[in-house]
Amino acid sequence: MHSLNYHKASNASEAARLLSGTEDGKFLAGGQTLIPAMKTRLAAPSDLVDVSGAADLRGITVSGREVRIGAATTHAEVAADDALRKVCPSICDMAANIGDPAVRHRGTIGGSIANNDPAADYPAAMLALGATIKTASREIAADEFFVGLFETALEDDELITSIGFTAPAAGAYAKFPNPASRYAMCGVFVARGDDGVRVGVTGASADGAFRAGDLEAALDGAFSVDALDGISVNAEEMLSDIHGDGVYRANLVSVMAKRAVAAVS
Amino acid sequence: MSEGIGAPVKRKEDKRFITGKGKYTDDIRMENQAYAAFVRSPHAHAEIKGIETSAAEEMSGVIAVLDGAQLTGDGIGNLICGWAISSKDGSPMNMGAWSALATEKVRYVGDAVAVVIAESKDEAQAAAESVEVSYNELPVAANIAAALADGATEIHDNAPGNVIYDWELGDGDATDAALAGAAHVTEMDISNNRLAPNAMEPRSAVATYDDAEDHYTLYSTSQNPHVARLVLSAFYQVAPEHKLRVIAPDVGGGFGSKIYIYPEEIVCLWASMKTRRSVKWTAERTESFLTDAHGRDHVTKARMGFDADGRIVGFKVSTKANFGAYMSLFSSAVPTYLYATLLSGTYDIPAIHCEVLACYTNTVPVDAYRGAGRPEASFVVERLMETAAREMGKDPAELRRANFVKDFPYQTQVIMNYDSGDFEGNMNQAMEAADWAGFAARKAEAANRGRLRGIGMACYIEACGIAPSAAVGSLGAGVGLWESAEVRVNPVGTIEVLTGSHSHGQGHETTFAQVVAERFGVPLDSIQIVHGDTDKVQFGMGTYGSRSGPVGISAIVKACDKVEVKVRKIAAHLLECNPDELVIEDSQVKVPGTNKALGWHEVGLAAYTAHNLPADMEPGLKEGAFYDPENFTFPMGCFIAEVEIDPGTGKTDIVKFVASDDFGVIINPMIVEGQVHGGIAQGVGQALLEEMVYDESGQPVSGSYMDYTMPRAEDVPSFVVEHHNTRCTTNPLGIKGCGEAGAIGSPPAVINAITDAIDNNDISMPATSAKVWAAIQVSGTRMAAE
Repeated sequence: MHSLNYHKASNASEAARLLSGTEDGKFLAGGQTLIPAMKTRLAAPSDLVDVSGAADLRGITVSGREVRIGAATTHAEVAADDALRKVCPSICDMAANIGDPAVRHRGTIGGSIANNDPAADYPAAMLALGATIKTASREIAADEFFVGLFETALEDDELITSIGFTAPAAGAYAKFPNPASRYAMCGVFVARGDDGVRVGVTGASADGAFRAGDLEAALDGAFSVDALDGISVNAEEMLSDIHGDGVYRANLVSVMAKRAVAAVS
Repeated sequence: MSEGIGAPVKRKEDKRFITGKGKYTDDIRMENQAYAAFVRSPHAHAEIKGIETSAAEEMSGVIAVLDGAQLTGDGIGNLICGWAISSKDGSPMNMGAWSALATEKVRYVGDAVAVVIAESKDEAQAAAESVEVSYNELPVAANIAAALADGATEIHDNAPGNVIYDWELGDGDATDAALAGAAHVTEMDISNNRLAPNAMEPRSAVATYDDAEDHYTLYSTSQNPHVARLVLSAFYQVAPEHKLRVIAPDVGGGFGSKIYIYPEEIVCLWASMKTRRSVKWTAERTESFLTDAHGRDHVTKARMGFDADGRIVGFKVSTKANFGAYMSLFSSAVPTYLYATLLSGTYDIPAIHCEVLACYTNTVPVDAYRGAGRPEASFVVERLMETAAREMGKDPAELRRANFVKDFPYQTQVIMNYDSGDFEGNMNQAMEAADWAGFAARKAEAANRGRLRGIGMACYIEACGIAPSAAVGSLGAGVGLWESAEVRVNPVGTIEVLTGSHSHGQGHETTFAQVVAERFGVPLDSIQIVHGDTDKVQFGMGTYGSRSGPVGISAIVKACDKVEVKVRKIAAHLLECNPDELVIEDSQVKVPGTNKALGWHEVGLAAYTAHNLPADMEPGLKEGAFYDPENFTFPMGCFIAEVEIDPGTGKTDIVKFVASDDFGVIINPMIVEGQVHGGIAQGVGQALLEEMVYDESGQPVSGSYMDYTMPRAEDVPSFVVEHHNTRCTTNPLGIKGCGEAGAIGSPPAVINAITDAIDNNDISMPATSAKVWAAIQVSGTRMAAE
């Protein structure tokens, strides 16, 4: 690892101020992607501004069906939050199956969606839940947020402060993990909300998480496993690598979608 | 409770391992220690046009930047392969030059080009990134097919067509004739996937040159420190043997990958002399993937013929083996004398012929990896047997039963002479433990749950106890494969056993002590096992090929024999009795039925005070022995795997795994069971999960744990491990060896179970979920059409 300057921010505005004074600084949340990249010398920021202890970035509030999750909230905290589980168990279950215990106790929701790894779980959830991603200066709808592989609508140095969504009437996430990395080879988050069914898919596409429109339409017609028979995504648009080709991943999208629907219906 | 042979005593060494007190090479901190970082080729095949080191030399902390021209200029020799194999036509193998730092060409991604020695690891790495190497890229042959294609790029000038050797074993004419007359011939194309060894402890070296003594010390992650010293001295000319001490302290797993002497150890020794500093290097995990010798990587065409009664009449095997960019130390022996010699399996096969074409590719060198040749043989034989049974409509177990070797000794058509065994006994035991007869009901029950259930068997045999020196010498080995031991009884009766075997996870400190404790009736705690240091231990050939039990322990037994003779003479002299009347037990040397007895410690004291010894006897009580085995040993067993497959995803779950092994006499059943567990887990990894993939340009695609799938606890079931042992007839304790069996027998059992479950025999290892799902689509379509 290259040497660098480390700063610890106690709140979001301090984090922004600290970063603005650096040459090539980066925010550090749980560090589950950035630190490994630095250890293999693939990333070499001049400074790290640690936001994991920023009080105003942490915590989960639930009022009625409205949910707010601070960006520096860890996966383990999301998994274990009783109030959240009452209104939206699907996101708790999803968080409980991210990575391993060490990852879940360090990794954060803000870090995950800001990184937008094409195989991360949270982007699929954000799309399916119709979440809003909040930064210091604006709110961005999930549909606009995830732009492409490791790309988001965030400006350079723009810090996510929280995410918010309305808990759906029903939802579930089904994941087929990559055998090696345990990231999603295909993860499908199905949510049935007031505005219809939304299906977020991660891991399968070369372009990152996406909404599966054909699956949503089918489930809007009838929210049942059978409604998904014969409905899939375009295999040619799916990722093909040593773990499976596009045809296989397209199949996984259908199978995982069915399993998610089965879990809630 | 007994602490002797057969007792499941807890491992003495685990106290330090599980409390973090183990001492590994990377734990060694020398005064004046500097760090090495290697500059490695990003290209699979390229000419080196120039190496620009001036920028790196200016960087902070940098002590030296050294390259291959300096290395060869100082007379450091090329790496060698120590087993000479000749082609069918009698020509010697084509061994290409391998310099520890590449000079004219690089031949695989990761090939070391230069080294930076610096005050800290970070400074060394930063400077290594600043060494500018200019390359002229060459065409790449990244796999067997590319290397053997017409017009393929030539990786070594002295290996036309990239062929290392074209070797054969057995009777080709007789086999061809037998197959021509067979009632049924089963023919298969089989590949054996390429594996990265992934020892938990990465390779590491700490080298120190003492200029006052002109002496070198190397701490190294080695399975065989004496062999390392021999090769470093005799072939690489780093230092003469008496001026080089090699210490392999605690070593965290080897699986074969730490047999070999790699460029990094050579360079660290040489650099310590150049810089007059201790030089340390420890591989990062990425470097392990890039540079540790990989395992296996075969493609094979095999034909097995049967008569009308289902008896095997002939077996023809043609294999192409990928050696990577250079011939590693034992590479040539693996697909020949450790592979073709096991192609008779557990069966009486009257005609066998095997051809092996070994080739270079632009990949990391390939060498022995847990099982080494025998998993490849077992996979070919047991896939053929299972497939033949299905083709002929026979029960796979009964086809095996009908063809088993039943009378011993049995001379195979491929050199090996099996001394003992009861192959049917192991199969019966495994079938009973697996409830083979009840499988159909379980399959039906699984089908009700929407799951595809399959069962698969493999009856492996392997050759351990490597190896009779004269025999392997006649087959081209550059060394003898005996083992040595020294047993030192101290004046207070405690015992030190110096062994040339090396423990890197096997538990020798416990099992070797158990043998001596039983022999002399003394407490386990009074025995210390000393290994891994060329200055302490007389000599040794090290640990690989499951040889430490059958060969290493046999050397200890032989030394104990000599100690016992002297103990009896001393005690008989003191007790005024005949040496043959004495019994050695319960820490005493005594004449039964009398009050004539000496404490074990009193004999030791008498030997060292030398106040009253028999006439002409030398003082002291210490004996050494070299044991050269008279034959290989032949562990065998029957493994049965039962799987359930999710047809939606193709994911395979191993729901039951039964092993019935014949390991001969077992010293510590708990340690043996652990070896079986570990071996099966590695075999399951090979069968389902692991593959080292290179793309066509020779770039490793699965060079990290993000893409290389190691087996996890959840990938294996709770194993049922049983034993049906027959005594080995060719070594003193009747030991056969157990270290590799699990990895040898499990891949065919798992693949046979999967192919049974999905009714599609066309699947290669690793049988990933994607491959299994695709195969289900084929068989599902076929069944729908039928």
